[in-house]
This record gives sequence, structure tokens and C-alpha cells, in this order.
Amino acid sequence: MAALEEEFTLSTVPLGAGPNGLLGVEQSDKTDQFLVTHGGRTVILYKVSDQKPLGSWSVKQGQIITCPAVCNFQTGEFIVVHDNKVLRIWNTEDVNLDKVFKATLSAEIYRIHSIQGTEPLVLFKEGAVRGLEALLAEPQQKIETVLSDDEVIKWTKVFMVFRHPVLIFITEKHGNHFAYIQTFSSRTLSKYTLFHGQEEKSVIQNFTASVDRKFISLMSLSSDGCVYETLIPIHPRDPDENQRVVRSLLLKTVVAGNARSGVALTVLDQDHVAARGPPLPASKECLSIWNTKFQTLQTSRELPQGTSGQLWYFGENLFMLHGKFLTVIPYKCEVSSLAGALGKLKHSQDPGTHTVPHFVNWETSRGYGFGSQNSEQSKRILRRRKIEVNVPPPAFEQLLSTIKKDSEKDIEVELCKFLAVKRTPDFHTIVGDIVLELLGRHTTEPSFYPRNSLMQLIQTHVLSYSLCPGLMEAALEKTDVQMLQLCLQQFPDIPESITCACLKIFLSISDDSLQETEINMESVSDCSDPVQEKMDEQTEILQNGFNADEQNCDSCDRKLNQKPQDAAEETTSCPVVPKRAALLRNAILHSAYSEMFLLPHLKDIPAQHVTLFLQYLYFLYLKCSENATMTLPGLHPPTLNQIMDWICLLLDANFTVVVMIPEAKRLLLSLYKFVKSQICICSELNKIEVSFRELQKLNQEKNNRELYSIEVLELF
Amino acid sequence: MGEFKVHRVRFFNYVPSGIRCVAYNNQSNRLAVSRTDGTVEIYNLSANYFQEKFFPGHESRATEALCWAKGQRLFSAGLNGEIIEYDLQALNIKYAVDAFGGPIWSMAVSPCGSQLLVGCEDGSVKLFQITPDKIQFERNFDRQKSRILSLSWHPSGTHIAAGSIDYISVFAVKSGSAVHKMLVDRQYMGVSKRKCIIWGVAFLSDGTVISVDSAGKVQFWDSATGTLVKNHLIANADVQSIAVSDQEDSFVVGTAEGTVFHFQLVSVTSNSSEKQWVRTKPFQHHTHDVRAVAHSPTALISGGTDTHLVIRPLMEKVEVKNYDAALRKITFPHRRLISCSKKRHLLLFQFAHHLELWRLGSTVATGKNGDTLPLSKDADHLLHLKTKGPENIICSCISPCGSWIAYSTTSRFFLYRLNYEHDNISLQRVSKMPAFLRSALQILFSEDSTKLFVASNQGSLHIIRLLEGSFKHLHTFQPQSGTVESMCLLAVSPDGNWLAASGTSAGVHVYNIKHLKLHCTVPAYNFPVTALAIAPNTNNLVIAHSDQQVFEYSIPDKQYTEWSRTIQKQGFHYLWLQRDTPITHISFHPKRPMHILLHDAYMFCIIDKSLPLPNDKTLLYNPLPPTNESDVIRRRTAHAFKISKIYKPLLFMDLLDERTLVAVERPLDDIIAQLPPPIKKKKFGT
Repeated sequence: MAALEEEFTLSTVPLGAGPNGLLGVEQSDKTDQFLVTHGGRTVILYKVSDQKPLGSWSVKQGQIITCPAVCNFQTGEFIVVHDNKVLRIWNTEDVNLDKVFKATLSAEIYRIHSIQGTEPLVLFKEGAVRGLEALLAEPQQKIETVLSDDEVIKWTKVFMVFRHPVLIFITEKHGNHFAYIQTFSSRTLSKYTLFHGQEEKSVIQNFTASVDRKFISLMSLSSDGCVYETLIPIHPRDPDENQRVVRSLLLKTVVAGNARSGVALTVLDQDHVAARGPPLPASKECLSIWNTKFQTLQTSRELPQGTSGQLWYFGENLFMLHGKFLTVIPYKCEVSSLAGALGKLKHSQDPGTHTVPHFVNWETSRGYGFGSQNSEQSKRILRRRKIEVNVPPPAFEQLLSTIKKDSEKDIEVELCKFLAVKRTPDFHTIVGDIVLELLGRHTTEPSFYPRNSLMQLIQTHVLSYSLCPGLMEAALEKTDVQMLQLCLQQFPDIPESITCACLKIFLSISDDSLQETEINMESVSDCSDPVQEKMDEQTEILQNGFNADEQNCDSCDRKLNQKPQDAAEETTSCPVVPKRAALLRNAILHSAYSEMFLLPHLKDIPAQHVTLFLQYLYFLYLKCSENATMTLPGLHPPTLNQIMDWICLLLDANFTVVVMIPEAKRLLLSLYKFVKSQICICSELNKIEVSFRELQKLNQEKNNRELYSIEVLELF
Repeated sequence: MGEFKVHRVRFFNYVPSGIRCVAYNNQSNRLAVSRTDGTVEIYNLSANYFQEKFFPGHESRATEALCWAKGQRLFSAGLNGEIIEYDLQALNIKYAVDAFGGPIWSMAVSPCGSQLLVGCEDGSVKLFQITPDKIQFERNFDRQKSRILSLSWHPSGTHIAAGSIDYISVFAVKSGSAVHKMLVDRQYMGVSKRKCIIWGVAFLSDGTVISVDSAGKVQFWDSATGTLVKNHLIANADVQSIAVSDQEDSFVVGTAEGTVFHFQLVSVTSNSSEKQWVRTKPFQHHTHDVRAVAHSPTALISGGTDTHLVIRPLMEKVEVKNYDAALRKITFPHRRLISCSKKRHLLLFQFAHHLELWRLGSTVATGKNGDTLPLSKDADHLLHLKTKGPENIICSCISPCGSWIAYSTTSRFFLYRLNYEHDNISLQRVSKMPAFLRSALQILFSEDSTKLFVASNQGSLHIIRLLEGSFKHLHTFQPQSGTVESMCLLAVSPDGNWLAASGTSAGVHVYNIKHLKLHCTVPAYNFPVTALAIAPNTNNLVIAHSDQQVFEYSIPDKQYTEWSRTIQKQGFHYLWLQRDTPITHISFHPKRPMHILLHDAYMFCIIDKSLPLPNDKTLLYNPLPPTNESDVIRRRTAHAFKISKIYKPLLFMDLLDERTLVAVERPLDDIIAQLPPPIKKKKFGT
């Protein structure tokens, strides 16, 4: 997934607007340092990460730089051309450009290309190409004319192909475009006519190119707003012949048709292009990264101050003129995957605000196909959606402003209005934003606790813990048990530490304060009634179908049996008040957790509370074993496994403490007895298994008794 | 193709002996396997895992150790205190040397292959020098307190590790003195066991000693310091065997629970040079103790009490995903244990120490395909013939007429005359066998039961004429000069004129019995012969090889027949070539000269030479009877191979007459039922 990061301005001085404002940005031999050539007289060396200039050089009054300064990677020197014919070569120690090496050439230079791994190449306006070394050896040498009259170079680029440079330049003559490929390994120049195909009317506005092993992929942005691709072979079969190459449509309507200014295109990698221009005829200019493989918009950023000139990219930085300043936008293009191509993910927000993780809503994204036949349509929809995302509905903005200043009552009213509106695809993010906004006000203004609004928002069933990170902490702080219960029931992704904090509060909150709060008692009351059953029935249930009395009981067993009446009472009545039971049962037991993360937090719970919880869990277990299906009554009851897991976890975490508490002794003993009976059952099962195996063996022997038979076989 | 009455016999109560040791030889790619009854078998892993040689067992010779020395010499040692070398050419025991240390529990050949080390009951470790024709005692190492159960050489040959009870000793070979004594924890699951037996040790070149013991532990020791480095508790029962790969990057252990664990030396993290031993794969191919394991470059080999030899290829080491990459489980011997008298419907079963003679039952009913017919007479157990002496029976045969039985052990040859008087049967031993008839590798009677052919282990073939109650030696074909290879397979033509004999590697020799001379030799083939037979009338010799190729050779013309050439040109069906048990018997239909009957352990096949051969696209095995297909389709899809997989594991199959077959099956369940119960594993609880 491609993403644009926070932009920053490089030059503090405003540049001259228009295409002449900035001649070019070129890499220097040191990473992170770039040569910026201002249209006019100045070359500045910037260190981009520090956003500060390292050096600045100007030509004399009256002279004018005609070609962007480049760095000779072989020597580390800088080269600039002024007044079309004069070369200047200097390095960082030099101060005055007038006093540095100078060479005057016999023909006008279009561009100097410098690329890692080879000497700089000089492209003359007449189409000839020379290496810098050869040129400096004899500056006044005759430069041949390659191009015909009226043929003008529009764009040029150089590549390294198999360690040899390949230079491409595009010329225009009477509205026709030609491509020239100059290879230096074989010293051939081949010419191609760019055949426009059916889109004859459109005018090519901008070029970019990338290189494959055998082809140069030339992309052009036409005035109809589409990107076309032309494949030009690097090594032509017949270099002398004028060949035609046809372009094909790559991306449709990247920018609005007939956009005049600020339109630029550059290839970022094999799957991504960056395009700049207004996406709709009336809108402001935008910088967008498109995935060419899946034909999807990956990310885009509005450039409100308008742009002009070219778009440069080096490494992971995009350079462009935004307003009057040179702006750098770092970007990331990750390897495209289908999943990444499907939706637009906001990765980073403004540094001032909270980062809100978003969930991709696959339901909404799935509707938009990316097949080629309806690619145009899909892109339109994508763009519309993008605008929707960027410009949230007005009710939302109004709500946000209400949250900022108005009273809780007003907020509730606004919220009701907002929630009544039809849900948009990114409804959950908006709800998350609202919650964050409310919480933001709560932190600055502790008395402000919009409980009802928050409850209402939680009940939209779209929130998760990660969408509103502060919510549960705030509720914990306020010991808002009801909200915590709601959160525990609704959120799928609560960290174990929070679950444990909730558990602590649920266990420690006094019965009185519990009575005051309103708690969802879902199906708890019907099983917390004291069960009036006979003791003898109870023991049978307790031992899970296995009668331990017949076994040779241990001392603990006997001790337990000494006070059977007490035990029965203890096990049949719920050890906690119904409301607390509801909290524990419907919220905590259902929550998701991973043992490893939960255990350390469980250790912090005070021993009395652990005992209480254990008693309650044991009570639940007994309830479970009352019926044959081993389930609790009610809607969504916790399963037996959940109860057992929690008992084990609590004992694991707090065993040394619990074993010392006198109140817990009886509980532990009954648990011990329970485990013992389980072991007995297992051993009985093993015995049964052996018996079954013997039976099976007998059965087999019966089958195999026929040691001899005469059968009829027919072979076909 | 025809309808047959099949005598389906399941009363052959054969139980293979459990595997005690396996030894893999890298140079020849052969595997030696010793069983608890003292039998030693040689498998050729290159020849489709064919069991090409075997040495019969002996009651007093329980092998406890087996190893290959330089020059592919095979040694075994056992509880009778003897070290034995086997002659792999003549297929007999070259010599036995008493080590004078009581029962021998372990043996190891030095890395260079010229020294032999044995660990004895009395706690002594004895070093023997392997000389070209014998072994010679050199010296004793420091005597230990208890028996030496396992031995391993350091790859440099300077040190050895010896596993005993409760401790491991490291000896310096030069001085013969113990350098370290590493005590093994007796604790087993928190309970102190009486003793901890070190069942296996392996000495790695970096000085690590790996031990496996009766407490279920695999432990890594540093032999330089004598300290425990790492401990893996892998089983609740004994870990009984260990084998390390030549590269020392993986090893395999076998437990008494039947599990085989693969350990590999893997990097701690990706692209880090630090490596550690990790238990990677458990395999549960056995139900009982895995007494022996071996590690070939591409496979893990294991065997144990449940009598299966399991060859489990390591998928990461197998380059081509061909049929060699499949798991092999070898249970039955690749030779015949059953012979049959067609005339009297008798079956002779060969066991390790006795023979059983059964008469098949009969029926008068008829039925359609798949019916089980009511028996008018059940099968009878006529005779139980116990051998004298401790030696196992090598081979046995009953004459086609049913009146002669012959069998042989390593040192004696027995011939019996049977007389049938109504339901009574009387047995009379033919005494005074000639001195040259001492040990036979294969015995065969001629079709008319007048001649007896005996392949002796000296490479010679004896022909004996049988008279009423006596015999006369007719001729002996001596082995060709220079070869000492024994003949393991014999076939005689029904007219009695031709005798074909095959060894393990050289070609098949055909002798003319009338003129008592060698007629011709079928060109040698790369793979050993698994079965031989000569067809009636045409005298075509049909030869099956372990790579599942079948050749037909015309003896009168001394060349391969046209059909054989055709099938070689076209190639066998790929499914035919992928079968993993060899053909062990070939027979012919008396009335249909175009038919060849052959079988392996999992199918029997009638090849109809008149029908077109199947190609790889046709269905080789079609178990379903043709239903409403028209005659045209049936004729078009019919091919030469008629296969039936109803009877398995099939140990023997033959035609009794035109319409009657006999099939001897040995269901695996019956074998398992006779094994000692395996270690019980709980299904419930922890």
C-alpha cells in the first residue's frame, strides 16, 4: 500500500512561480543531499532530512542558468550550464561560481544527465549526445545535428541497462512526437515515431519512463487526463529504420481532462505512478499515487496552493513546487497486494491528533470491481468515495463542534440526530472519532463525563477497544460498572490488563454502590435463587456421576463430610449478590484472553476477592453439573470450559496466597475432591477401554474363525 | 478370462521373528537386519528393497549387535559370546570367534573399518583387529562394573563411548583407560527407578555423546568435561536405539512405545550460525518396541518387536518424487515358505523349526463370482514335522505327487517318503544321505517326481534320481570356475529336460538335464531375480526381477521371445512398476499356454499374452466386473494384465488344476494377535 507522509517545505525563500521558478532537483553524491536549481541564477545544495541548505552558488548578474545543476558521481563535482553553452564545474569548497572551471562549447546544451555508475552525459539541443570527458578534452569540437528543423526536445531521461547508460529523449515536430534511444554500449541511435492511436486529438502533456530488461516503458499523460504507456525496445532490430511504436491506455482519467497547469507524472516503481493535477475539472490540484497493476488509487493529497512545473522523485521523496515553495513529500510504496489495492487506508494522521486505527470495511470495498472492462466506472466511484471520506457529512462536523463546547444534554440531542442518519461505509471510524472527541473533552474537563452519549455510541455495535482506546480507562477511573459491562460485552479486542482491571473493580465494588447502578441482569436471576435440594442428591451431582463414598476416602474427604449440611448450603447458594454475579458472569467470563498475558495481572487481585470469585465460579460449576447437558440456564451462558479455565487460571495465579486463607480452605478441599473424582473417572474409563478392547478382540476372533474357505473368483 | 474355485487358506500360522538389529552399509546401499531367532537378512536398497540374501537362524545364537566392516564384511555378535562373520557370497557363516567375555551386548566397528570393539556381560570392552580373513583379539579396555550395552567410536577413532547400567564411560583407545564416567540420573518422572540402562550411545565428532536410556531420556553429554549438556525426555518408556547420519546433522531414536523420533541440528534463528539439536518429527509406524534404527542418507530405517521393517524416506533429502519417496513397510520374507502338491491337493508350510502338511478340503457346489461355497470336506492337518537340532529350516519342498518331502537346515539335509493308505499317512525317512548333501539353499522336485534338484551353498547343483524308498546321485553341476555364488532359485521344465538356476547377481543359468551340461546363460540384469519358472510345451523361461520387470526367454532358441521384446519396448504400466513387493511365484495354466500366473504380496495377476499390452493411459486394475458394456467395448479395453487384489497379504498362490486356485493369506491382524501386548497408552486422562 502506498502512502504519502507528512510534507515539508525545503526552501525558506519563495521561488519564482511558474515553470521557470524551479529548473530541477538532482541527487548529489551523498545520500539525503540534493541540488536544487532555481530558474535564474542560483543552485542550492540541501540536506533534506535536516531541511537546511548546505551551500548556495549563483552565477553573475546577466548570466542565466539554463539547465539544472547535476553532480558528477565519479568525481563528486557539480556541473551547471549557463547561457546555454557555458559549463561550470565546481565542488563544495568553491564559493564563487565565477572563479571555477569554465568551458564554452560550440553548441547549445539541452540537459546534462548524471547517473550513478557512469560519467555525465551531455545532450545538445540538436540531439547529439557526448560524454563529459570527451567534451572537456576538446570543448570546441563540432557537434553534429541530429534533429531536423523545427524539431524540439520535450523531455529526456537516462537509464542504466546492464551497466551501460541508455538515454531517451522525446522530440516534437508539428504536433508529432518522436522518441530517440541512444545506447552507449553499441553507440546506436534509434528513432521511433510515437503513434497516438485513436486519441488523436489529445495533446501529450507530460512524460515519464521506466526501464525493464529489454524495454523502456514510456508513460505519457495526455490532455484527456489518461496515462498511456508505450513500450520501446532498447536494442532495436534495425536501428537505421524509423520505427513506429503504438501507445496503449494504462490508466484512465487520472487527472481531469483539459487541465492546463500543474499536470505532472512520474513513475515510482514498477507498479506505482505518481500523478499530479486536478482530479476533477473544478477541484484543486492533487498529488495521487496510482497502482498500475490493479488500476487503483492508492493515496492522494490535496495541494491547495497550486503547483507547477515538474515532479521529481529520488529514493523515497517526491519533490515539487507547492505554491511558491519547494515541497518534499516522503512516500512509501509497499509491494502491492490485492488486499492493499482494494481499499484506501489512512495510515497516518496529523501528528497532533490521535492515531485511530481503521478497519477496512470489506463489505463496501467488495462492490467495486477492478476489472478492466469497468475500470473507468470503478475509478469514478472510488474517487467519489474518497471525497466522501475526506469530507465527512455535515452532521458530523456539527456534532464535533457541539462536543467541543455545548452541554451534555445538547450533545445527546445532536448525537441522536447524527445516529438517525443513514450509516455510511466508514461509520465505525466516525463513531470512533466522536468517542475520542468526547474523551478528549473529558480529559481536559474532568467534570465532563457524557455517560449517556457514550453508552449510546457503544450500543451502535461498531466500536472496538482499539477504535476508542481511552474509553475503558475513563470508565475504570469513574468506576462506571455499567459502561464497563457494556464494553466487555461489545468489544472484541480488550487487552488482558483492562479485563483484569475490570474484574478487580467488579469484585471490590461495594454491594451498596452496586445496588444503585443499573446493570444488565440478563438471565442471572433465575439461576441465583437458592436451590432447596436434598443433600444426598447434591453429592451425586458434585461427584459428576462417580460416587466417591464407595472409594476409600482420604481424610479431607471425611472432614468435608463431617459438616455436610454446611457444605450443601455453601454450594447451593450464590456467594455473590445477583448484580455482581451478572457482572462477573456475563462480562468477565465471556471475554477473550490469552493465558500468558492474563496470569501476571491476576496475581494482583487481593486474596479475599480471589476467594470470592473462586466461590462464585465453583457455584457456577455446580449449577452446570445440575443438568445433563452441563450448561447453565439463560441466554448466552458461559460454557463449562470457560468456567473451568477461569478456575484454573485463578488457582495458578494465586495458589500460594489462597492456600493460606482459612475461608478458602473448604473451597480448595471441594475442588481437590472434584479433581480427584475426575481422575477416578479417567481411570475407570481406561478400565472400560481395556474391557472394550478385549470384547473387540473376541469379536475379531469370531470373524477370523474362517481360516479356510473355498470361494468363486471370476476374472474379467 | 475365466472362473476359478479358490481355496482361500488362512491357517498358515506364520509369525515372523522380531527385528533385533539393523545395520546400514553406505557403500553398497545394503541393509543387514537380524531377527530375534538369529536370522540375518540382507536387503538391497538400490534394488527396490529386495531381500536378496538371508542366513538362517539358530536357537542359541541370539544376535545382539550387527555391523559392517571395511570391504563390506558383515559381523554379528550375540548372547552366546561369539563374534560371527558371514560369507555374503556362499551364504554361510565364515567363522565364529568366542570373545571370552560372556554374552556380547554391543559391537562397533572403528571409523576406518579395521577394528572391532565388543562390549561384554562381564563389563569388559574388547578390541579386535580385523585381518583379511579373520579377526584377532588385540586387548581389553579397563573393565567396568556392569555389562556394556552400547558402544560408539569417536569419528577420529581416538575415543569411544560405552553405555552401561547407570553410567556412560568414555575410553581413550590408545591407553584403553576410562577418561570420564558420566552418571545418568535414575529418576524417571520423579520416581526413582531401580536402574537406568543406557541402550544406545553415539559419539559425534565435536565430542558430544548422545545417550538414550531406559528412563525415556535422550541426553547430550560433553565428553571433554563429562557433563550433561541437554536432556530431552521423549517417552514414558525406554528409548532403545539411536542412529546418527553420516553428516551428523540428524539422528533418529526408537522408543519402546513404537515411536521413532527424528532429531535435527537446526539453526537457532534463521541465518544464525548457532545450531542446536531439536526434536523435529515423530513417526508412529510401529506398535511395539523399536529395537533398532538406522539412518541412511535419505531415509530413517526402523525395526522392532512388531516384525515390520519400516523405511521412511526423509522428504527433504529425496530429490526426485518417485516411488522411492514412499514409505516402505516390509513384513514378509521375499521368498517362498510354501510348496504345493497339485496332484494330492497338499500344502507344505515351512516354519523356523517345523513343517506342517495340510490337505485342502473340497466342495461339490458351484456358485457365481464372490460366493463362498459350502465345504463338503474341510482342510486336514496331516503332519507336523519337527526338526532336530537348534538350526532353522532354510528351505523345504513337497514333490508334485505328494510322496516326497525334503528340507534342509544349515548342516543337514532331510528327505522323507510319504505313504498314503486311505486316511492314514506314514512317514519314512530316507537315511544315509550322501556327504555332499549337507546344506541346501533351494530344493525342487521334477514334475514327475522322479528327480530331486538341490542347490547347495557351495554353488553346485545336485541331481538325484528318486526311486521307491531310495535314491541315486545322477550328476552335480559344479559352479563355473571362479564364482562361488550360491544359487537361490531353481526352476525345472515340466518335461524335465531343462533346469534353470539363478543366484543373486549373476545371470540365470539353464542346464540341459538330458545331456547334463550347461545349455546357456541368460544375460545378467541389473536387478536380482525374484522368481523363475519354465512354461510347459514352449519351454519359455519367465523371469521376474526386483524392479518389477518380467522377461520371457525361449530356452530352445536361446533368446528373448517376441512378446518379451514387445513388452520391453513398450514398457510396463507405471502402476505395475510402482508395486512395492516382489513377485515371489510364477506358474502356468496347463491348458492355456498364453497365460502366465504371478503374484506378489498384495495382488495376483494373470498375464494373457494374446491380448494387447496396457499403456500408461489405460486402467491397469479394474476391480469392478463389466456391467452393461457391450462386447465391443470390453474387447477394446481388455488388456493383457488381469489383476486381482482380493487376497492379501498373499504368501502363495498356485493353480491346482485348470479351474482351481489355491491362495495362502496371512492377515496382519493374526500376526499382531500373536505378538506380546504393546506398551499400553492411555486414551483418557493425563
